Amino acid sequence: VTQRLTVRKTYKLWIGGAFVRSESGRYDEVGGFNFPRASRKDVRDAVAAARKAAKPWAARTAYNRGQILYRAAEALESSRARFADGDEVDAAVDVLLHYAGWTDKLHAVLGGVNPVAAPFLSFSLPEPTGVVGVVAPDAPPLLGLVAELAPVLAAGNVAVAILSEAEPLPGLDLAEALGVSDVPAGVVNLLSGRRQELAKALGGHRDLNAIVDAAGDAELATELDKLAAETIKRTRHSGAATSYEDATDDAVERLNVVTELKTAWHPVGA
Amino acid sequence: MTASPETRTRIVWDYAPAPESADHIRLKDRYGLFVDGEFKDPAGGRYEPTINPATEEPIAEIAWAGSGDIESAVESARTAQPKWASLKPLERAKYLFRVARLIQERSRELAVVETMDGGKPLRESRDVDIPLAAAHFFHYAGWADKLRYGVNAREVAPLGVVGQIVPWNFPLLMAAWKLAPALACGNTAILKPAETTPLTALLLAEICQEAEVPRGVVAILPGDGATGAALVRAPGIDKVAFTGSTAVGRDIQSALAGTGTSLTLELGGKSANIVFEDAALDQAVEGIVNGIFFNQGHVCCAGSRLLIQESVRDEVIAKLWQRMRLLRVGDPLDKNTDVGAINSAEQLERIEVLVAAGESEGATRRTIECELPDRGYWFAPTLFTDVSPAHRIAVEEIFGPVVSVLTFRTQAEAIEKANNSRYGLAAGIWTDKGAKAFEVASALQAGVVWQNTYNHFDPTAAFGGYKESGFGREGGPAGLRPYLQVIR
Repeated sequence: VTQRLTVRKTYKLWIGGAFVRSESGRYDEVGGFNFPRASRKDVRDAVAAARKAAKPWAARTAYNRGQILYRAAEALESSRARFADGDEVDAAVDVLLHYAGWTDKLHAVLGGVNPVAAPFLSFSLPEPTGVVGVVAPDAPPLLGLVAELAPVLAAGNVAVAILSEAEPLPGLDLAEALGVSDVPAGVVNLLSGRRQELAKALGGHRDLNAIVDAAGDAELATELDKLAAETIKRTRHSGAATSYEDATDDAVERLNVVTELKTAWHPVGA
Repeated sequence: MTASPETRTRIVWDYAPAPESADHIRLKDRYGLFVDGEFKDPAGGRYEPTINPATEEPIAEIAWAGSGDIESAVESARTAQPKWASLKPLERAKYLFRVARLIQERSRELAVVETMDGGKPLRESRDVDIPLAAAHFFHYAGWADKLRYGVNAREVAPLGVVGQIVPWNFPLLMAAWKLAPALACGNTAILKPAETTPLTALLLAEICQEAEVPRGVVAILPGDGATGAALVRAPGIDKVAFTGSTAVGRDIQSALAGTGTSLTLELGGKSANIVFEDAALDQAVEGIVNGIFFNQGHVCCAGSRLLIQESVRDEVIAKLWQRMRLLRVGDPLDKNTDVGAINSAEQLERIEVLVAAGESEGATRRTIECELPDRGYWFAPTLFTDVSPAHRIAVEEIFGPVVSVLTFRTQAEAIEKANNSRYGLAAGIWTDKGAKAFEVASALQAGVVWQNTYNHFDPTAAFGGYKESGFGREGGPAGLRPYLQVIR
């Protein structure tokens, strides 16, 4: 009896809705699998794809974004078998669900009507800041990534994320799960490779609005802050989320850092 | 027969001078640093005069803080902070209510001093700066015992000692925007007023004494950029709040990289004021004037890029020019003055450089003819037409009474042009169509959008920028968030 040969997977980056190799042609290897080692050019391509997707994603209704994030949770749940750590998948799915529910509630929590002392209807509402760079922690590779990604998307932003350097495959597998969900092309872009190289290229990109960093590397955090100052980017540094609670207890802060509060004044009467 | 606008401007509106008296003002010759509840000489002994930009006369000698002074202020603030934070919240509120009341009581004095020190028309310091400063203290006083509702948290705690730097355009008002929320949240604060306008912050220090605010809760350390740079880098500062230029904001953000010090920035702007063809044009012209000539254009959210729909371009410019020629430029203490003195010689030079760049790049300049006083720093209201979006005067913040006119054909083009800026602080929309106003307001990348008004502020309404105009908000519950940590 001839034993059947397995069909191995070629891992790819996810940029602008397409599964692609690194433009540099470079790759690294982990656990017997090759995976792309993204370049600075891939970072630029990903930011460009994200920027293109930003406006239409922000323009969708909060209800629709919530449904798309719910659908992403469904897709992740059903691809549970892909991942080695089932508990981590469970937590990541729950985190996606939690933030799917935030899309139409953060306005009530972060914004409101301002009782100004003049004849105006004045209100302040959170709006997405735009393109957000995410630096995922090494571990847990899936939950740590989803904990950073989900609030960014729930608030109406698009993301370019740098995956766990030590264990990039769960992040690349997430791309395949999201790829068959309803997340529009370019809303999430996932890059594997060397964190130092990619995070600096991302942090220094002038068309990026914010950086959310959970790598837990103090030196890198300092460098990212310095790069952020060039264009006054919003930044948040935190440790890796290792549980559902870690990822959701501070939901309001996570949402707040990637939103811009806009105050509008509309006249009442003449 | 009604007079045409042209006829009306030919009438000479001769106002008798109406100067506000300054004889009730009792300023000291010298003001020390306000540290640990007392006025003290600076360790380095440095005193610098603060001058009246309308006369170039010195008003008083002001102590400038050095690094030793910052150190002792931090020490005093650190000592005071736990006690201040553990006061029963309503008691903390009472101090701030007292401050609000004392500002109201001394409002005339504060308005006159603000105008003398900074050059802004008395009409504005009296009707805008001082009442709003009191309102901010009153608003945030009321938050002191309701903090967790403001940020939707189960439990909150102050950050500790905050270092705050304010600009010279709204000296007392910006001090109030900074101090009121910081103190309400249980922080203690070290505030550096701008080098050209320290006086009302020092009068606020006197008010803190009068209100019996505990020692060390508020420190006022005048000085220049070097003092500010030292303050934000001082050990023992847990949070920095800065209002000023984007260049300095960038330096501060970079200096704090990796320190974990909390930061909020309220920076520059090049805000678009958009006039649609269906606007009430006379009302819009008033709004344009208020948007750019209020406080000599020394306003971070000034409507300095005027976007006019092509179909009404000529009409709006004609009306605007008529209106501009009626602006009264001169003695800031005169109650009829519309446009006062430029804040400093340095600022006047910056305005002149950018205006010269506007001319050399090919824009058409019109400056109103008016008599300017012999002494002091003045710049007459100026209008640029034939401006291209790439001109420096369409891109860079002038921070003076200079408006650049651009045009658009469609709503989509207006939005695109308005958003085509590295800044995103504010915007104005002039239209009487409600649905359109809401649509445009939501498409603009700006922290504040005013429909059929401009430069309107309120302590309950968040203020702050998108993009390179900074991050963090001041005003309303959003203004508490930068001064609190959430405890879980």
